[in-house]
Amino acid sequence: MSIFVDNNTRLLIQGITGKEGRFHTQKCIEYGTNVVAGVTPDKGGQKVDDVPVFNTAKEAMEKTGANCSMIFVPPAFAADAILEAVEAEIELIVAITEGIPVIDMIKIKNYIKNTKSRLIGPNCPGIITPGQCKVGIMPGHIHKSGGPIGVVSRSGTLTYEVVNQLTLHGIGQTTCIGIGGDPINETNFIDCLDAFEKDPDTEGIVMVGEIGGNAEEEAAEFIKKHVTKKVVGFIAGLTAPPGRRMGHAGAIISGSSGTAQAKIAAMKESDIYVCEDLGSFGEMCAGVF
Amino acid sequence: MKIHEYQAKELFKKYKIPIPDGGIALTPDEAKKIACDIGDFPILIKSQIHAGGRGKGGGIKLVNSFDEVASITKSIIGSPLITHQTGPEGKIVKRVLVEKSLKIEKELYLSIIPDRATAKIVIIASEAGGMDIEEVASITPEKIIEVYINPLLGIQPYHCPQVAFGLKLSPTLTRQFTSILINLYRLFMDYDCTLVEINPLAITADENIVALDAKINFDDNALFRHKDILKYRDLAEEDPLEVEASRFNLNYIKLNGNVGNMVNGAGLAMATMDLIKLYGAEPANFLDVGGSANAEMVENGFRIILSDKNVKAILINIFGGILRCDMLARGVAKAAAEAGTKIPVVIRMEGTNVEEGRRILAESGLNFTIAADLKEAVQKVTQLVKS
Repeated sequence: MSIFVDNNTRLLIQGITGKEGRFHTQKCIEYGTNVVAGVTPDKGGQKVDDVPVFNTAKEAMEKTGANCSMIFVPPAFAADAILEAVEAEIELIVAITEGIPVIDMIKIKNYIKNTKSRLIGPNCPGIITPGQCKVGIMPGHIHKSGGPIGVVSRSGTLTYEVVNQLTLHGIGQTTCIGIGGDPINETNFIDCLDAFEKDPDTEGIVMVGEIGGNAEEEAAEFIKKHVTKKVVGFIAGLTAPPGRRMGHAGAIISGSSGTAQAKIAAMKESDIYVCEDLGSFGEMCAGVF
Repeated sequence: MKIHEYQAKELFKKYKIPIPDGGIALTPDEAKKIACDIGDFPILIKSQIHAGGRGKGGGIKLVNSFDEVASITKSIIGSPLITHQTGPEGKIVKRVLVEKSLKIEKELYLSIIPDRATAKIVIIASEAGGMDIEEVASITPEKIIEVYINPLLGIQPYHCPQVAFGLKLSPTLTRQFTSILINLYRLFMDYDCTLVEINPLAITADENIVALDAKINFDDNALFRHKDILKYRDLAEEDPLEVEASRFNLNYIKLNGNVGNMVNGAGLAMATMDLIKLYGAEPANFLDVGGSANAEMVENGFRIILSDKNVKAILINIFGGILRCDMLARGVAKAAAEAGTKIPVVIRMEGTNVEEGRRILAESGLNFTIAADLKEAVQKVTQLVKS
């Protein structure tokens, strides 16, 4: 078992004819993902790596039965692409694009609530169920299939570091999700924790957060009340100066809120095993799980 | 992107939000001319820098004669202004806002920000204006009014009295306030702001509401659709190394330690800094070369780190995954050779062609140490600065 993506995922790629889209389409296919269609307006009828390209998401869905879309559309047009996918009623939308304006995402988040779609991201590495399906830009080979650990993270390469250490310590993963580093994202820690808690094959959870906002505090509160599985947590940004945006648009300490110290304290309060030495993350997980 | 008070007030004017009479001056003569146009004393001379705390830092002066306008302007322009936000070296003031000083009855606070937790637009108001709002929120939270707006619906008529009643405004003032609030919301949405703040928003003795200060921050990601405000960017207000980095699409933030570091991805970069600290040293910077770093970015990043003279050792941590390490290694070797630096560099790379990358570094004849994993890399670099 796994969460959100598996062998039945039929992937559509919006922005398939761009440089990034093309490259990662190929990588996903190599990993074994069933990529059934691509969308780029005005490029319908072309093919990318044998994948048929359509003009609209709706047409692509009707003709190929796609149930998941990955978005590589540039930031100025990404909100439009997400909304197009939502209106086509695609179940899962994974937005890789970095740099979408905050107001665009706020509007999408308010709109998507009462629709049939789930959005992961934006500004995220995507989601992978090792051995089955990769919908994202993460390197597939660092993962180990078969579980039993679920991974959820706000970061990209930091997730690779964590997953790599798990794999090197012989710990496999059920599903790894990057929920994105923007201030406004859709699928959050709690959605993923809830799904991992309900997934029978997931026995433990790794949660990777960073400074900014209070998503980790809310997640810790949720874990205290609703998660019975063991959780190992990590927070990046103990040395980040306040008021500065640390690369990710969402990684900023505003006033006294969003500090790593507060997040770590909230996690410990909820009996989460907090790793303070990233260099020994795998070792610690081997001990806990 | 941040802008100056006088620029924010230009936008206020465009949106019919009342501001005091005044103008911007680069010289004492210009300041005097604006004072003539105002025609009435007292007058305020306000230093224009991005940092807050200008009043407490002595950057805002009240003057009562034309001679004083000239002499105060002369003393401010070209001198550094030090506030709690500028750092000890302060910021050189290049221009002053010359403004009519009004008779104030009461000072209010008004701001609009996006709220990440609820994905709504929040109006924050308080009758305790003129103070630091975080301080008001912690000492007298009952004096803070928050009204949440669904951005799909926008501001509705009923939202305005919710704010105005909370501020205990009279009916006359409520009418004025409502128009200010609606216009401020429009400005916020039209320009993709991440903050609009008026502190203080003054009720004058003659019962008018006027924005005495103005602060606007814009969403950098939305600047592509607001070409008209790009002219407001003041590069002199930004750290020169950070400006240089942004030209190459690098995220660089200068810190006070001596371990330079370059990492791909923001989360991993922060975690690497934290680990440097945990192992007993201090990071000199945050530098994210992006999740999909290339050789050119690594070269530019390397140059920027080296221009910080405090740096005693450098750690490069690239978790490429699907990146080609041989390409990265060539970029690093080229940059180091060109810079002719003697500063030791510890490199940790993951990705394809890792062996080839390591061979290139080892054979470069430069002062490189190769680490097998993150832990070893940080241990090595911290030992280098401690010894």
